Amino acid sequence: MMDVIAEETLAADPSRMQALEGKLRDLEKRLAHVEGQVAEDRVALVVFSGDLDRVLAAFVIATGAAAMGQQVSMFFTFWGLSVLKKDSQLSGKTLFQKMMALMSPGSSTSLPVSKMNYFGVGAKMLRSMMKQKNVNSLEEMISLARELGVRMIACEMSRDLMGIKESELVAGLECGGVASFLADSLKSRTSLFI
Amino acid sequence: MSQVFDKLLDVRGLNCPMPLVSARKEIGKLELGQILKVVATDRGSVADFQGWAKVAKNMEVIGQETETTNDANVYVHYVKRTA
Repeated sequence: MMDVIAEETLAADPSRMQALEGKLRDLEKRLAHVEGQVAEDRVALVVFSGDLDRVLAAFVIATGAAAMGQQVSMFFTFWGLSVLKKDSQLSGKTLFQKMMALMSPGSSTSLPVSKMNYFGVGAKMLRSMMKQKNVNSLEEMISLARELGVRMIACEMSRDLMGIKESELVAGLECGGVASFLADSLKSRTSLFI
Repeated sequence: MSQVFDKLLDVRGLNCPMPLVSARKEIGKLELGQILKVVATDRGSVADFQGWAKVAKNMEVIGQETETTNDANVYVHYVKRTA
């Protein structure tokens, strides 16, 4: 009954009808805008560090989040690129790039620890302690992350700057820049810089 | 509590994040409404499973208990697939 009356009044007053339609369109537009800004079930991580302990923490978070149903992206940049290396090559590099290659880890297995590394002894100690305590090794965590569908993106700029060739990196990586990280992180519930 | 379950997952001896990750894999193999029993020694798994249940859309934790055998604690979680 009320509806009928409301419709009759509205029909009798076309300008009010128009005003309401305008308001509705405006609301729909605003809703679409808000919907575009709502975070998705995503987690974005920047792995800047090439320290075994920090990288391990990054992978624990990544695999845990993936297990909890989040879409996880890991952006590897600067020292973090060492995690993705399979070996070091020297040919075709500038002097500084060669020095850098010689002084940085050739793969994830030779990452140092952030404290008490003592030329690699600390890292070996930590790895053996992890084994004793039945904590997954970094390499196991990396393959677990892949299995769970964690996206791994190698930063193009720092890779190029440090002279790391794509052939030095493991297969199955994406490459990208700051915008590809931000596109993900702006849609994420959590973004971390490790 | 003698909760019925459809599948048993033994992650005793495994540490964070393995109980969670393994449970996630197993629950994907269950039918809707089926229950996974997870047996763990990782104390953190108690809070971890609660946290998982808070964000997950496809499961709920329907029970947790701690059993003590030979002075060692075993943490049991019952997880139900809901979607």
